[in-house]
Amino acid sequence: MSKRRTPALGTDRDAVPPTGEDSGHWAGGRMAPGLSLAECRPTRRRVWRNRRNSTLVLLAVGLTMIPVVLILYQITAKGIATMDWEFLTSSMPFSFRREGGGFLNGLVGTLIMVGLASVVSIPLGVLAAVYLVEYGKKNWLANLIRFFSDVMTGVPSVFVGLFVYTALVVQFGFGALMGAAALAIIMMPIIVRSTEEMLKLVPNELKDASYALGAAKWQTILRVILPSAAPGIVTGVMLAVARAAGETAPLILTALGSYQLTAKLWGAPISSLTLAIFDGARNPFAAGQARAWAGALELLIIVLVFTIVARVVASRSRISR
Amino acid sequence: MATATTLSAGRRGRKGAGRKGDSLFAIFAALSGVLILLVLAWMVVSTTGTALPVFSSQGISFITSSEWRPGDGQFGALAFIYGTIVTSVIALVIAVPLSLGVSLFLTEYSPKRVKGPIGYCVDLLAAVPSVIYGLWGVFVLLPIFLQPVADFLAKYLGFIPIFKGPASGLSYFGAGVILAVMVTPIITSLCREVFATVPDSDRHAAYALGATKWEMIRQAVLPRGRAGIVGATMLGLGRALGETIAVALLIGSAVRLDTSILRPGYSMAAVIANQFQEATGDHIRALVGVGVVLFVMTIIINMGARALVWRFNRV
Amino acid sequence: MIVKNTRGRFRVFVAVAFLVVLSASLVVGGCGGESDLPAAGSDTTAATGSDTTAGAGGGASLAAGLNGAGATFPEPLYVEWIGEFQAANPGATINYQGIGSGGGIEQFTKMTVDFGASDAPMKDEELAAAEAAGGASVLHIPTVFGAVVPAYNLEGVEELKLDPETLAGIFLGSIGTWNDPALVALNPDVELPDQAIQVVHRSDSSGTTSIFTGYLDQASAEWAEEVGKGKEVTWPVGIGGQGNDGVAAVVQQQAGSIGYVELSYATESGLPMVTLKNQAGNFVAPSLDSTSAAAVGVEFPEDLRFSASNSTGTEAYPIVGATWILVFDKMKDAAKVEVLKAWLTWSLNDGTWLAEELGYAPLSDELKALSLEKIGSISTF
Repeated sequence: MSKRRTPALGTDRDAVPPTGEDSGHWAGGRMAPGLSLAECRPTRRRVWRNRRNSTLVLLAVGLTMIPVVLILYQITAKGIATMDWEFLTSSMPFSFRREGGGFLNGLVGTLIMVGLASVVSIPLGVLAAVYLVEYGKKNWLANLIRFFSDVMTGVPSVFVGLFVYTALVVQFGFGALMGAAALAIIMMPIIVRSTEEMLKLVPNELKDASYALGAAKWQTILRVILPSAAPGIVTGVMLAVARAAGETAPLILTALGSYQLTAKLWGAPISSLTLAIFDGARNPFAAGQARAWAGALELLIIVLVFTIVARVVASRSRISR
Repeated sequence: MATATTLSAGRRGRKGAGRKGDSLFAIFAALSGVLILLVLAWMVVSTTGTALPVFSSQGISFITSSEWRPGDGQFGALAFIYGTIVTSVIALVIAVPLSLGVSLFLTEYSPKRVKGPIGYCVDLLAAVPSVIYGLWGVFVLLPIFLQPVADFLAKYLGFIPIFKGPASGLSYFGAGVILAVMVTPIITSLCREVFATVPDSDRHAAYALGATKWEMIRQAVLPRGRAGIVGATMLGLGRALGETIAVALLIGSAVRLDTSILRPGYSMAAVIANQFQEATGDHIRALVGVGVVLFVMTIIINMGARALVWRFNRV
Repeated sequence: MIVKNTRGRFRVFVAVAFLVVLSASLVVGGCGGESDLPAAGSDTTAATGSDTTAGAGGGASLAAGLNGAGATFPEPLYVEWIGEFQAANPGATINYQGIGSGGGIEQFTKMTVDFGASDAPMKDEELAAAEAAGGASVLHIPTVFGAVVPAYNLEGVEELKLDPETLAGIFLGSIGTWNDPALVALNPDVELPDQAIQVVHRSDSSGTTSIFTGYLDQASAEWAEEVGKGKEVTWPVGIGGQGNDGVAAVVQQQAGSIGYVELSYATESGLPMVTLKNQAGNFVAPSLDSTSAAAVGVEFPEDLRFSASNSTGTEAYPIVGATWILVFDKMKDAAKVEVLKAWLTWSLNDGTWLAEELGYAPLSDELKALSLEKIGSISTF
């Protein structure tokens, strides 16, 4: 606190509170006996500092909003220019300097790999969260799993890709399954943690009622707990899916990328939307760059749709934080 | 549960199917949880095992030397470690003040109507994939911001070693700025949670004592959240360390250790992404080794951050 | 161990499972320590597009899939050749990946691809390794000549003249600004700004680098001493780009930069190119003609590994190199051999118009005859 003269006692009992920006902070018109309101008003320096810092805060907000606006605007503007039906439905021309073509090979690859990863990570993730909330609770194993799930969410995705490379690609070659494995490893801890939070919010009365009706624990979980936490779980899952759809680095190391439209699950490299955009970003040819922007728009739409729907589901549900 | 004893009595009276289903289900659930631990362990073992030949042949020079010449079998990753640290530091220097500002705004200053949209926009930033950040960074941010600012810094502050030219937007600086944009939403959302837990009574108390708004924040809100802020920063740091694509596109891909942040460099994640597709044999092992070093760094930072945030949450 | 209750038994189960997986991964990881690692351009099982389907369409008797990988230098041309050839022969699929000359030689030696491509002829050690791996001799088949041009990005400067010393100085970092006296002396009519020069080089192992540094090595004693030549060198300064396209992209993005790329990349990306002083003392702009002029009078040994740099021709562009397709003279798959020979023969005979369109100089008649002879000698085991 800045130094202040001790106000003299016994003066000015009925002073009117000062007007101005700080007047709202003063309690009523009467202060403790002996205190002068005028003397309690903050010094000009403090007022100035307050204003300055408020401005800085606003500046920070403004600065942070600029990239948001710019990114959304630029991608939409540049992407729309190239995005057309041909783009959405055809693959890369065999030479990236040629105009036309599209990222269908990437889109198909993303759909396949994210789909496979979801099929694996969603059930396993939800089950693991069920264990944490219903069975393990606070025991050593549950705490261990919680801690390391948190740790796993912070592992760089490129390292996950390296792991899948050394563990699987070495044996089986590049392919969609490998990419899906990497994505599943990335998705699972996210799903576990968010589902756990949602399951914790299910009221105990619901569970008790189910047990009172004679249901076994597993029946309670499957028929009562999970459905009631479903909106929250869906939110978490969709956010995880959006994250997986946007990953690039692990796919470089596991799916490798390809110009061809393929649906082979293993043994052959496969592209993804993100890989195609990455290649386009390093391209000097106008046609390649134009495709990259359109691809970015496509990816952004997919990711944002998932994210926004997830939030809508979360806000609509009765379970909220 | 008080009803447990009566329930289990009831259950025991029924057919054993419920109980068998229960144990089976319990085991499945537990195994799913344990799976995470197993995968993590496998991760560590598999990657370290693959990189071991390179670690043993290069010894400590793997992290102390910056001689990276795959053609000659020389693998010193110091340039990448340096680049990773430098870009992350630049990112934090920019992102932490910004994030604090935004989160303070959202919790203390903003009127209710504005809070939602702005918070939403910041969260949207978090959802944007990093390859899009990279694309945007190279074609938009670079010409309109990074290059002019870099040139400006080199021209007027070029006598300071870290700003020496020739300046390029494709440099530690460029990568650091894009990282800052990517990391800000994370730190912001965590700080928001931290600040929201400060009880209003604390705020009122500060006002009652005659504090201005800023003084209230500085005395009632920030001290309470200090551990949380540090934790949030460290989580942001962890994310910045591991970010690959956006950095690979903006860092300049030069295997060099440069004191100037305006010159091109390299980072651990970026070199893996860039060199992997044309690497073979020992080169790949060395890249895996670089990944292991990155993993260790990130894990330490993340565990520390989680410990801080956990402790904060429990208080 | 007698465990009394279900909880204890469960813990034991978990612990055992953990140890099992741990030791399994140690075993796998340990074994992985010795085995070869798959890399880009290698398909360990079926090759992409190599569905050796029957159904040779419309009279085409060629049906096989080929995989090749290597230099980005000729990639634009090879890709066009492949496109045209596949259009005429629907049964054949050829997949080419540009991963750099170094990568091409490696994949070829590992036999993960059917043919390699490189702008730097294989060194003796590389040759020995490949021949040991393939059990057959390696053939270097030159396809075209191409020019490596310094391309730059400098606002308002449409023409730039350089000589070997200044070019080396720029890439060494000793010439740091565009309005350096040495540059001004060579370009009296051009307004050179006071801007820092940003050098751009390759970040991957490259035959283009080999041609470029080979030229600088010959032309500048200082360069030979400080940097040397090769597919990869320790660059004193500069930003790295991945592949010819990566370098072109960086030059496009970075104002005031100069990099070296194959001619067609510069023309297709709209980058202005440097007019270089050749050995005869003339300033020559890179073009199809000056590249072809450089190809004249090149001496080649029997195995066709040669260098074409720094030609003495009066109209010759000084930084020119040939690019080779690398094949084994004996392969296992007869169908593949047929497709390979047909494609190469067609490209050398009928594909020259494509080459010229893209700025690559076709081989001289003599060299072409020798190449075709080598192609003809490819057979099966």
